Amino acid sequence: MTAPRARLKRRASRIGLGVAVAVMVLFCLLPFYWMLVSSLKDARDIFDNSLIPLEPTLVNYAAVLGSQNSFVLALRNSGIIAGSVTVFALLFGVTASYAIARLQFRGKNVVLALFLATSMFPGVAILTPLFQLFANLGWIDTFQAMIIPDISFSLPLGVWILTSFFRAMPWELEAAALVDGCTRGQAFRRVILPLAVPGVFTTAILVFISAWNEFMIANSMSQTSASQPVTVAIAQFSGISQFDKPYGSQMAAGVLVTVPLIVLVLVFQRRIISGLTAGGVK
Amino acid sequence: MSAPRSSATRRPRSDGRLAFWLVGPALLVLGVIIGYPVISSIVRSLFGDGIGESPFVGFDNYARALWGFGAPEFWRSVGITYLFAGVTIVLETVIGMLMALVMNQAFRGRGLLRASVLVPWAIPTAVAAVLWKWAFDPAGIINALTGSTIIWTGSEVPSIVAIIIADTWKTSPFIALLILAGLQVVPDEIYEAAKIDGANAWQRFWRVTVPLIRPAIAVAVVFRLLDALRMYDLPQIFTQGANGTATLSILAVQSTLSQLKPGYGGALSTLTFVVIFITAFVFVRLLGFDAVSRAERQRGER
Repeated sequence: MTAPRARLKRRASRIGLGVAVAVMVLFCLLPFYWMLVSSLKDARDIFDNSLIPLEPTLVNYAAVLGSQNSFVLALRNSGIIAGSVTVFALLFGVTASYAIARLQFRGKNVVLALFLATSMFPGVAILTPLFQLFANLGWIDTFQAMIIPDISFSLPLGVWILTSFFRAMPWELEAAALVDGCTRGQAFRRVILPLAVPGVFTTAILVFISAWNEFMIANSMSQTSASQPVTVAIAQFSGISQFDKPYGSQMAAGVLVTVPLIVLVLVFQRRIISGLTAGGVK
Repeated sequence: MSAPRSSATRRPRSDGRLAFWLVGPALLVLGVIIGYPVISSIVRSLFGDGIGESPFVGFDNYARALWGFGAPEFWRSVGITYLFAGVTIVLETVIGMLMALVMNQAFRGRGLLRASVLVPWAIPTAVAAVLWKWAFDPAGIINALTGSTIIWTGSEVPSIVAIIIADTWKTSPFIALLILAGLQVVPDEIYEAAKIDGANAWQRFWRVTVPLIRPAIAVAVVFRLLDALRMYDLPQIFTQGANGTATLSILAVQSTLSQLKPGYGGALSTLTFVVIFITAFVFVRLLGFDAVSRAERQRGER
């Protein structure tokens, strides 16, 4: 291949990539942009379909952040719940999937199937008995009444992702570490875990987002604003602030709930990419 | 990669005790939080729904759903649930794969792209459903932009199309992120080697990339399958299950909570589980998703 042709080809593929990126960003962000535009509209202008807000107003944000909705408290509660869920689900998930991927024991497939099977029941089958159980324990309106169910909802996915990651790690590295005198725990912490960082952070992001967005359990377990997460707070707008059209404030709340997650992903996305795997084993 | 292993690196025969302590806590949590409620819901499904004492009725609730009074409703739900799951999973896997391949390229602003891709997944489902419900309103933005006058949530086909569009938008990023993570453990050397061997981009994708990230794709698709077959929020908010969009989960919730028939609702929940279990089982077998056993076999051969 001659040099100019190669350059031409490279330029063509750069343009192709640019187009693909543009299409993706539009696909993902246009509806979010519409959400932003809608949140800046007065209730009267709800069917004004102009793509830029003609008379932007912050009334919806004022309604959301006003004291009666205690939305800030709900944001804090969501942070506490989703944060704890992520930490514990990763702790349980990493240990369990390390064992499944790297240790020899009988019934491994049964264990994996069991994890999967727990994600096969409609939530409503779990809700009522769980509510009674937690009511007997006096746990209604506490954080643990939401944290523990959320952990168990995210564990199956976490265990399966992490197992597939730990399995993909080259055995030679762990073996070499063991030969070099590491204990198995050290070999795991210093060799395997760093290599699995993309998997761990991917799992963390997915678990955090699904706990942050969980509604069904939280709606039953949280009774006062002391423990209410944002999803429940948003659902209650209709009853409190604007009887007829809570649309605007729901969109404003949606923007306020999504922005922290975007920031979080921006901060942590670097970890999804690992520079270590390339050239780990030669 | 597959260098023969010396005997020094061979693992001990069984690590049962260590494995027990590592897997045990996770299984214990699941047993209490999922296992106990599920069993009590199954037990409840064997009892009737009356006022006062509920009598033991055996499998009457199941018979009613499968071939009795509730059968037309139940089988229609099974059909629509499969339709939603089938269409959305195919669309989401294709779109998610394309997104992952683009995100995996090296270019400036890659972090921003990743954050934007996750936005649809990050918006709480209930909020996203409200957003789309208003967008699909007869006087909403979709009709305004396309110049159509469809009453999207007023009849069967438009309702189904609207729900599929909303779900595809919302969930493709989930699959994209999982496939992207899978792409990260594929060493660059393999692509280089294939390139030197003269494989073009299409061949590299199908012969090198896809087989290597198959476990990641399988995990993403299996979990999407489980979630899609339990779809609740979107149809509930769009149509409250009207216009033939009542999925199995909607049916179970309506019976258990709105109609206060926990026995019949419990039977519907259990049947949903059976439907999902069979589907997942067939799917795992069909796709040859034996990432586990294949790895075990390879290890055994060595």
